[in-house]
Amino acid sequence: MAEMRMRDALREAMREEMLRDPDIFLMGEDIGAYGGSYAVTKGLLEEFGEERVRDTPIAESGIVGAGIGAAMGGMHPMVEMMTINFSFLALDQIVNSAAKLHHMSNGQISVPLVIRMASGGGSQLAATHSHSLEGLYAHFPGLKVVCPSNPADAKGLLKRAFRDQNTVIFIEHTANYSVKGEVPDDPDFLVEFGQANILREGSDVTIVGYSGSVHQAMRAATMLQEQEDLSAEVIDLRTLRPLDMETVINSVKKTNRCVIVEDDWKFGGFAGELSAQVMEQAFDYLDAPVARVSCKDVPLPYNRNLEFAALPSEEDVVEAVLAML
Amino acid sequence: MKSPTTAGAKPEQELGAEQLGMFLYQMMLMRRFEEKAGEMYTRGKVRGFLHLYTGQEACAVGAINALEEQDKVVTHYRDHGHALARGVDPNRIMAELFGRQDGVSGGRGGSMHLYDVEKGFLGGYAIVTAHLPLAVGLGLASQMKKQNAVIMCVFGDGSVGEGEFHEALNLSVLWKTPVVFFCENNLYGMGVPFHESLSTEIPKLAAAYNMPAVSVDGMDVLAVHRATRIAVDHCRAGNGPYFVEAMTYRYRGHSMADPELYRLKDEIEQYRKRDAIEKLKAYMAERGDLDEAKLAELGERVEHVVEQAVDFAEQSPNPPISTLMDHLYKETAGG
Repeated sequence: MAEMRMRDALREAMREEMLRDPDIFLMGEDIGAYGGSYAVTKGLLEEFGEERVRDTPIAESGIVGAGIGAAMGGMHPMVEMMTINFSFLALDQIVNSAAKLHHMSNGQISVPLVIRMASGGGSQLAATHSHSLEGLYAHFPGLKVVCPSNPADAKGLLKRAFRDQNTVIFIEHTANYSVKGEVPDDPDFLVEFGQANILREGSDVTIVGYSGSVHQAMRAATMLQEQEDLSAEVIDLRTLRPLDMETVINSVKKTNRCVIVEDDWKFGGFAGELSAQVMEQAFDYLDAPVARVSCKDVPLPYNRNLEFAALPSEEDVVEAVLAML
Repeated sequence: MKSPTTAGAKPEQELGAEQLGMFLYQMMLMRRFEEKAGEMYTRGKVRGFLHLYTGQEACAVGAINALEEQDKVVTHYRDHGHALARGVDPNRIMAELFGRQDGVSGGRGGSMHLYDVEKGFLGGYAIVTAHLPLAVGLGLASQMKKQNAVIMCVFGDGSVGEGEFHEALNLSVLWKTPVVFFCENNLYGMGVPFHESLSTEIPKLAAAYNMPAVSVDGMDVLAVHRATRIAVDHCRAGNGPYFVEAMTYRYRGHSMADPELYRLKDEIEQYRKRDAIEKLKAYMAERGDLDEAKLAELGERVEHVVEQAVDFAEQSPNPPISTLMDHLYKETAGG
């Protein structure tokens, strides 16, 4: 075990996997000499060389497509999208090629590809650079969607992604890059997909989050304990596809209340899916309607006060919990 | 149907009677297969979109026969001809058009999405230009794994306005990937003439990215074959990608749903006078490689293969509903 930031844990995961499997290589915009926009790939060019750490032109669709082709050809590439905002430019390749080729070819073709991207608001980057689209990617059958909230999960999940035979959309909230935590150094440390993590046990309400929103959930749980003497159970989904509903449902059966926190917009967001599943599977256990604490239905503004008013906060979570008692 | 081998021979060398016969057979097979597919569509046996390759046969036959066994083909959605040229079983292509279990894609893909990985036929792609970046990646994999495989990437003139066309050409030259970019210019992107949707000429686009580019008569199978042999040799030698534009023409509409309001019947007749199959027949007859008896025999063989394909497709069952969710994800060892 060593304490490190999430960006370092991600780098360690790639490093170890590249040492293990010669078919793994990395490509993306400024991932080489620059070291990556968020310094995640820093030093990997020096260690692995230009063949396996490839700087690309700014051409998202082209490089994701090339990643898919290389995966079809027997390699296991990682393509970095710099940020999730630019992945819109590669959406056709992700949705129509990566997600569908295995099924459409009747299992003949597979696309073992990891697409990493930084997501989330809160950094005053304004509307075009502040998306949270985990739920959008989770919408498409054929993709796997991973969104860690802490360094240990980031390492274990990314290493697991490189051992998958399918395309994994790996989403990293920018606010999490500097989060520190203990990280196992076992080269075979993996975190399995589809296993939610109970970060805090409780009995009065279940608060579900993923990626960045896990931290609002945890802070809200502390506030509820200290200010209201309420015991909140906090669940980090870790992966949206596959989705571990069992852990959520078991928790709701115990607490009888559920609040979902996400940075995505409420309208059509992933919390809507979760809420529907809780209703379908645990309706009789609910003492109150499921509550969603999401981003306001507006493009994120640049101004700090406006941006924070749009994003979900721990106070919003506390308010939602108190409203259902 | 085995692929004729021209590997090892120099591109300028004349082809022998056996190879010419194979080319003629493949082109006649494509012509008859597509006629039959169109007939099956009007009878309701083939549904969805059906894009016939009729008229363009010289392109697929000339280009794909320039490849070796380890090479790979990706193409657009008008893909039956390329699959046939690559030696994919006509029975299983027809069964796929019928949506049946024994189709090359198990009935999941249909006409636009044929795949036969064992034959190095990695698909028809129905989003215009989406397969060009894939070809670059396949070329990169061949390069990194030292497989010496060349990727034949077939697309239409409608592709060149897409951003991915430019992204793929640029990347391919930067990384020297072994990709033959083979543009079948049939003059129309659906119904819009290509000169109305492009401000320059197609080979100039490739030249702008420092890629060698030629334009050939796509109604002449020998011209296509000669040009693509040079292209394939160039790629295999590690010199990076190569661009070939083949000027061709489709006799049928864009798809079976096309009322063809954008062109005159006379234009089609003019191209039919330059028909690639007739041209090859005349060339072979002149060389003494084709007589009436041999032509009749080829015609019977083609008829038999196509009839057999329809029978095979008719008899193949629908994929069971219980398999609906199959192949959504590939199983991963240990989880």
